[in-house]
Amino acid sequence: MSADLGYTADEMMAVAAARRLHDGTVCFVGIGLPSQAANLARRTHAPGCVLIYESGTIGAKPTRLPLSIGDGELAATADTVVSVPEIFAYWLQGGRIDVGFLGAAQIDRYGNLNSTVIGDYDRPKVRLPGAGGAPEIAASCRETFVMLRQSPRTFVEQLDFRSSVGYGDGPGTRERLGFTGAGVTAVVTDLGILEPDAQTKELTLTHVHPGVTADEAVAVTGWPLRVAAALGTSEPPTSSELETLRALTSTLAAVGS
Amino acid sequence: MAEIVSLREAVAELVHDGDVAALEGFTHLIPFAAGHEIVRQGRCDLTLIRMTPDLVYDQLIGMGCARKLVFSWGGNPGVGSLHRFRDAVEHGWPAPLEVEEHSHAGMAAAWAAGAANLPFGVLRGYTGTDLERYTTATTITCPFTGEVLAAVRAHRPDVGIVHAQRADLAGNVQLWGIVGVQKEVVLASARSIVTVEEVVDELEPRPGAVVLPTWAVTAVAPAPRGAHPAYAHDYYDRDNDFYVAWDPISRDRDTFRAWMERHVLGTADVDEYHRSLSAAKTEAAA
Repeated sequence: MSADLGYTADEMMAVAAARRLHDGTVCFVGIGLPSQAANLARRTHAPGCVLIYESGTIGAKPTRLPLSIGDGELAATADTVVSVPEIFAYWLQGGRIDVGFLGAAQIDRYGNLNSTVIGDYDRPKVRLPGAGGAPEIAASCRETFVMLRQSPRTFVEQLDFRSSVGYGDGPGTRERLGFTGAGVTAVVTDLGILEPDAQTKELTLTHVHPGVTADEAVAVTGWPLRVAAALGTSEPPTSSELETLRALTSTLAAVGS
Repeated sequence: MAEIVSLREAVAELVHDGDVAALEGFTHLIPFAAGHEIVRQGRCDLTLIRMTPDLVYDQLIGMGCARKLVFSWGGNPGVGSLHRFRDAVEHGWPAPLEVEEHSHAGMAAAWAAGAANLPFGVLRGYTGTDLERYTTATTITCPFTGEVLAAVRAHRPDVGIVHAQRADLAGNVQLWGIVGVQKEVVLASARSIVTVEEVVDELEPRPGAVVLPTWAVTAVAPAPRGAHPAYAHDYYDRDNDFYVAWDPISRDRDTFRAWMERHVLGTADVDEYHRSLSAAKTEAAA
């Protein structure tokens, strides 16, 4: 994406993801890009969006971006702080979360995610951190959003490891596994937005960000990416969205200096 | 009744070679000082349990203290990889590391089961993932509804170690902020060590705080700033620069080893460790 748009691809990605969260949405937030987007939503159009972090902080209202999933700022600003067994058992498994918001190292056409290893499990080329909360977040939240920069390395034909399930091997998998949540309903990338086809559940390009063509998105996807007949174009970030996002990310830079 | 002892004595007496040990902390109240003392005393062959192994486990693994790791997410939070952990898994250095991998929800259920003196925990989890093939979790059928659920073996460590804000003279422990699985670890373990920021005459009640009564804890050891570079809520913040600096330090085996020799093996306790870090900072600035 060219610089003359006045914003970066990552900023467009954060804004596009934030817009998917609504006032009152109860959101289980992963660290990194998802946390950035969820905090942006809360400061713009969705002040009543409830942020839950797996460290047990419910209703966190951080004044800056958290450095980790267990940042003290989350506890200090939360409605309540519960233990880690409680957050997973009562709140996530209990079916009280609207949106699970995840990142990953790899995604496939059915929205399954890998955050465990690249290469063979027993002799990995790259040992990644691991699944963390993702398997149960992807299974139990009413729906799941994923944020991931699009490249042949990340959007792959075959995952090296399935850490969490989107639509498994296609239609019917989630029902067979007894999952309560709908699965991955949006994948927001630096190029556009992918959504599952209603019948096949295959992730389909439904929006491109301004200045991006469908061909560009197809070219960097490791499977033959389908493009929606009615392909939309994301609204560019508004000046107020950009201002708020930049103020947010600057809080991270200030602490990290 | 918990004995109030030095951290050196606590580790010497309660942590043995070959133990199953858990040093827990969900990004908060991580018992770094205790981990360092384990390195100083040269413990080996440990099976280490932790939901979120981070820098202190990177240090224990890189120093050859561990045989096996039971975990659900191993990284440098907010920064990236744990290079010593990766080197052990990818190249078997300094020794091969067996891994038993779970999800957070599975680990949390295993801790709750351990605290409750149950043989296993039950949850809806792991289903449909490749973890099912590589973990020790299995399934159990609900006797009432027929639903098939995940079963995880309870965590029952030989020794559980956590950090807390404070204890009183009788050894009652109080901690607050993000409480993670601190309570479960202490209750699930055969022996426990709680390191604390300070020992006070009397604990002031605090809303939302976890209290571990002295009779539920084996030893309390004062370790001021003992969670550094992690934070202790209302005492000090996370030293984020340290987490960032750990990346290049830990990337290289020799740099890592030199750092550990200077700041951990070359120091006697947590106070000296902090003096050593300050000295290094002054040198770097000069």
